[in-house]
Amino acid sequence: MQRRVVSLWFPRLAAERSLRVRPLSACEDVPFALSIFERNSERIYDLNPRGEVRGLDRGMTTVQARSLCPELVTRPADLKADQRFLSALARWATRYCPWVGTYERDGLFLDITGSDHLFGGEEALVEDMRERLSRSRLSPCIGLADTPGAAWALSHFAEGIAAPDRSLSAIAELPVAGLRLSQETCNSLKRLGIATIRDLHNLPRATLSRRYDREVLQRLDQALGNMSEQISPIKEDPLFAVRLTLPDPIGLLGDVMAGVGRLMTHLCERLDKHQKGARVLRLTFRKVDQDSESVDLKLARPMSDPKRLLTLFERAVEAVDAGYGIDMIRLEAVQVEAVSMRQMETVVASGSFPGQETTTDRLDDLITQLGSRVGLENILRFCPQDSHIPERSFSLVPAAYNRPAKSWPHHRPRPVRLFPPEPVTLPGRHQNNLNVQTDLKDQERRFAPPASFRWRGRLLSLALAQGPERIAPLWWDVDDSWGQGLRDYWQVDTRQGHRLWLFHTPQNPGWFVQGEFA
Amino acid sequence: MRNDFASVFPLKRSRAHEVVTGGAGFVFAAIVAGMTDRKTTGTPNLDKKLPVGSGPQGGGLAGTVVWCCENRKPTLNPEGLLPYCDPGRFLITRTQTHLDVLASAETALRSGAVPLVVAEVSERVGLTEGRRLQLAAEAGRSTAVLIVPDGGGSNAAETRWQCRAVMTEDGLENRVFNPLAVESFDSTHWRWSLIKNKTGTLSEWIVRWDAATRRVIVVSEIGG
Repeated sequence: MQRRVVSLWFPRLAAERSLRVRPLSACEDVPFALSIFERNSERIYDLNPRGEVRGLDRGMTTVQARSLCPELVTRPADLKADQRFLSALARWATRYCPWVGTYERDGLFLDITGSDHLFGGEEALVEDMRERLSRSRLSPCIGLADTPGAAWALSHFAEGIAAPDRSLSAIAELPVAGLRLSQETCNSLKRLGIATIRDLHNLPRATLSRRYDREVLQRLDQALGNMSEQISPIKEDPLFAVRLTLPDPIGLLGDVMAGVGRLMTHLCERLDKHQKGARVLRLTFRKVDQDSESVDLKLARPMSDPKRLLTLFERAVEAVDAGYGIDMIRLEAVQVEAVSMRQMETVVASGSFPGQETTTDRLDDLITQLGSRVGLENILRFCPQDSHIPERSFSLVPAAYNRPAKSWPHHRPRPVRLFPPEPVTLPGRHQNNLNVQTDLKDQERRFAPPASFRWRGRLLSLALAQGPERIAPLWWDVDDSWGQGLRDYWQVDTRQGHRLWLFHTPQNPGWFVQGEFA
Repeated sequence: MRNDFASVFPLKRSRAHEVVTGGAGFVFAAIVAGMTDRKTTGTPNLDKKLPVGSGPQGGGLAGTVVWCCENRKPTLNPEGLLPYCDPGRFLITRTQTHLDVLASAETALRSGAVPLVVAEVSERVGLTEGRRLQLAAEAGRSTAVLIVPDGGGSNAAETRWQCRAVMTEDGLENRVFNPLAVESFDSTHWRWSLIKNKTGTLSEWIVRWDAATRRVIVVSEIGG
């Protein structure tokens, strides 16, 4: 079968992409350019037709362009986004044929051999392509020929379709630049009076190969099909999504779960094949009335076990309102993570048999279940932090992304409950201190805990106190709660059966309760 | 009928227990959590028959403790837990509402993945909720400890405890100690009152925590 290739060239890909993302606020008829920093100055990278009309050109410095055209609108170019956009276009182009490759930074080759009849012939296919692209505000140049080289030449210099086996006649009158030759070679050929491809083709091969390197003949042969040229399709990331379309709508929980189960098996097979595990799954139900509802499942660990995933989804699916019935179910792994293969356990360890869920599995499932109710970010673990400030000596981290801490540093005794400091009121300051026998010297007695104080509306009297333990604030850290300065902590037992953690701030006299031992 | 401490503590497995809130109530929960830290016997069938924490050291996996609380910022301090249990084994579940605390606790109990679930509840627990938690605990073979407000327990609970710190050492009262002057003194004494018991009589004990052996030691029995 005769090979047929489409070359799809987007001469203004970068500018059009930028305008698609953020159109100009005024009417479209404003000179617009993308700038890039090259050779020590801001230069024009790409521009719209209006800019070209005003005499601007690629490579011109932005300053010069502004002097020619003061109303020029510029934006910085984003080459990576352009690349991403081109690969998105390549993915879109697979609707015409399965074999799509990209070239340079703004073109696509489509090998449409044998697929043009699906669109009603080559003309119809090219028209369809042009229409769809212009609807999305892109202006493509399309060439169709037997070889990628000829198609390239057509798309760049004379849009059109070359009939099968008529490549030479179609591109004969085009300039030699249509052979994808370098600018230098083109200039040199032009100086010799060789302007068109026909001129080049008519020359004896021997003289050409003596004067020029292999490139010229190679490109000519490729364009005329005497030398093969391959199109390398882009590597596509695997898509972890499956869909089930039903001939009749369903609504019973059992039916829906059976459908989800079928999808889950397929999805998990695909995940396993790529050694991936799902971290976030999204289940979308499309209803008969075109309404749709989706359910997210965030997992405590990347997983690809259909049976366990299905049970975790059960609760969420129950909450879905089927309405007049569901006629499409789509399951997508929104976020995947690499998982390593696990060896089947052959030894019976800790009472679990091969194939049976281990305790860790069940715990992860529990985290997922709880997470689906209160949010995975609210399932936390304690993690030790290196700080002498009591409330900063630990942090709460999401359990789904952190393993338990192995060891905890041992400090002085700390209360089992810790809360923001609560001031205590002293009934008649210092007067009761005299009743307390003390081992302390007179000047220290001033800082000893009060004999009675009021906390949370209760009058408490001191029975026993241990301390002080002085903790200094971090001077480099401006924190309101430590604005009172140094803290002298006391472990205070009251006759009422509380064991509190009080602190005194000698720099700004006052007593506070910060924790409870018992 | 004489009520023996050993017959009620360690707490019965697969049951919902309650403890009245307060610092000592938290310590009670922490001590129960510490007992589930202990290793299992390695034989699941035997483990199921044993009360919480009575298994010997060594063997299988230690248990994770799910701690459900309503506050956005929990008041539980891991460093304060250190004498009683390993804070790394705690899974804190922060929830928005009182109802979510109960629902999370029920889910965790029913899953059977954890040996102990502690729930800090801020409101009165009704009979229905209490019974549901009890059934979930039986289904999942895990123990529940509810930290309830004073007078806010439910009738479905197996036991309810009230804990207070007490001063017992005579002569130590009314004194302010300088930590440098006194080597150390152990004031960790609590009065643990059993104020509800489905399967026995009520009683009170003065207990203390022995950090070396990690056990609760009964100092004296008050009534029974």
